[in-house]
Amino acid sequence: MRRGEDLRAYLREEAMPNVWCPGCGHGNAMTALARAFEMAQLDLDDVVVVGGIGCASRMPFFLDANTMHTTHGRALAFATGIKLARPELTVLAVMGDGDALAIGGNHLIHACRRNIDLTALILNNGIYGMTGGQAAPTTPQGFRSTTSMLGSIEAPFDAVELALAAGATYVARTTTFDFDEMPRMIEAALRHPGFALVEVVSQCPTYFGRLNRLGQGRALLDYEKDMTEPLEVASREQLVGKLPIGVFREEVRPEYTRRYAALCERARRGGGG
Amino acid sequence: MEQLIQGNEACALGAVRAGCSFFAGYPISPSSEIMEWMARLLPARGGVFVQMEDELASMGAVIGASWTGAKAMTATSGPGFSLMQEHIGYAAMTETPCVIVDSQRVGPSTGMPTMPAQGDVMQARWGSHGDRPALVLTASSVRDTYWMTVEAFNLAETYRLPVVLLLDATLSHMRENIELPELEVLTRARPRSLEGFSPFGSPEFLPFGSGARFMVTGLAHDESGRERASNGGAGERLLRRAFERLRDGEPRITHTRRHQLDDAALVFISYGITARAARAAVQELRREGVRAGLLELLTLWPFPERLVGAVARHADAIVVPELNLGQVALLVRAHAGGTPVVPLGRADGSLLQPGEIAQSGRDALGLVESAR
Repeated sequence: MRRGEDLRAYLREEAMPNVWCPGCGHGNAMTALARAFEMAQLDLDDVVVVGGIGCASRMPFFLDANTMHTTHGRALAFATGIKLARPELTVLAVMGDGDALAIGGNHLIHACRRNIDLTALILNNGIYGMTGGQAAPTTPQGFRSTTSMLGSIEAPFDAVELALAAGATYVARTTTFDFDEMPRMIEAALRHPGFALVEVVSQCPTYFGRLNRLGQGRALLDYEKDMTEPLEVASREQLVGKLPIGVFREEVRPEYTRRYAALCERARRGGGG
Repeated sequence: MEQLIQGNEACALGAVRAGCSFFAGYPISPSSEIMEWMARLLPARGGVFVQMEDELASMGAVIGASWTGAKAMTATSGPGFSLMQEHIGYAAMTETPCVIVDSQRVGPSTGMPTMPAQGDVMQARWGSHGDRPALVLTASSVRDTYWMTVEAFNLAETYRLPVVLLLDATLSHMRENIELPELEVLTRARPRSLEGFSPFGSPEFLPFGSGARFMVTGLAHDESGRERASNGGAGERLLRRAFERLRDGEPRITHTRRHQLDDAALVFISYGITARAARAAVQELRREGVRAGLLELLTLWPFPERLVGAVARHADAIVVPELNLGQVALLVRAHAGGTPVVPLGRADGSLLQPGEIAQSGRDALGLVESAR
């Protein structure tokens, strides 16, 4: 948090302390989200934050909005129902990487495909934290987890590539190290009239850091800095072996709830049914 | 005005009559016409129809929509119903009104996708993990289907629970000439003010976006929505309160039909499409002078155990015809006291015929006679 900045209006102090381990990146992401709410000048009475299950998905408990903690992987399905039934609400889904990309992968690609006006915030720490450090579909090859102690032999998913291919219209990636960039991207995602996905590379010192001997929170932030390269300024050579960060797509295409409203209008005029 | 209506169509018309403004679903036989009708009916009425990517998403979207205040439903069949179970449990845990229609087909697994069954009675009650209150209705005619769909919404709105309506492949697809009845429509209560309002443990419901920013979670929680997942009995307290509300509401919730039961020595207890054949069997036996009667159940859960017990006290034998291998028979046996209970089940995709139901009645009476 910046000196002098007071984001308490966006948080539920009575729900604190939060569940996250010391050194976890998810608190940074929540602060960035609160700041993004402020930057976007959102009234939290009109905001719904939906989480799935997992460390990241606990975030709704600590935000003073209309909040929903749902089932593992299904946050976007609930969010879709909320948004379709009340399009005037701002609806945000906060998910972890296992939540969004393993058990919830189907919902993610279809939300992208519909281009429904939701914001998906994926906190990717490359591991299942809440259940004790098992391999995730984002665990890099060769990295250790409690279910891949000899190193993961699976190819990881790239959430950004997946969202781009599936049709999301705002796609960005940042890290918990990029503390100024993160709120700006989330704000842009919240304002974007379509499906917006922000992947935040976050750190799990308790499992990812420990099992892979990468150190604690601070060391993991350095690791995030070293492994990423800003898309806009980096040369092709600089990007080799690095994870690009930045805004990968920002374009306006027909949005689902607006299309649905137009369809209702056609139906009322006798266009069908 | 009488209209020739298909069972699935009657279900969709009932939903619209009840004020359903949100439908999310995924195609599956034999329920698909319900979603096709909703896709036609809802847009012109300003309601939302959405075809989701699977049944888990359908049920998730339904619950999400309900939290904006919408009357929301989905329709499915066996395999899809299995996929929805986690979210049905979530809806019960979060006191979310919603309606799930399950047009039953033969299982397990893909089974016989276009053939009727009544094999989901227990799943509708116990399909999701943990204890939860359950409301499950069924129907035996196209007219009933319309009525019970409206009733499913009314009960969901009154008790803040997911309500399951069990149809079957035959009822879904058959057509009957019916007049749509005038029915009362109930809508969930809203609190008069936000002052001292608790989002859970009360019939009063406040949707998202109405100024009270609370937490909805599937974790054990207290009346305010704060999670209580590792300490105290708040979760169980809310659960018990929901059970009590159903118990207190039993006269309102329990729908049955009594057919020639007053002097019946041989009692059939049946439901859904099979109850129609059982009614014909009663007529056949009465013509022979056998004092047969039928208790038709329209409410399956909460199971009308006291009523079954009372009927059993005056019967020499009970036969339970159903399109499964003995699900309601098990329940009847549990509440029939010393009265012999004979299951008559099948799960081969064909309907029970009046003749075979009548014969099983004669056999049951014969067994009782020879035991004396």
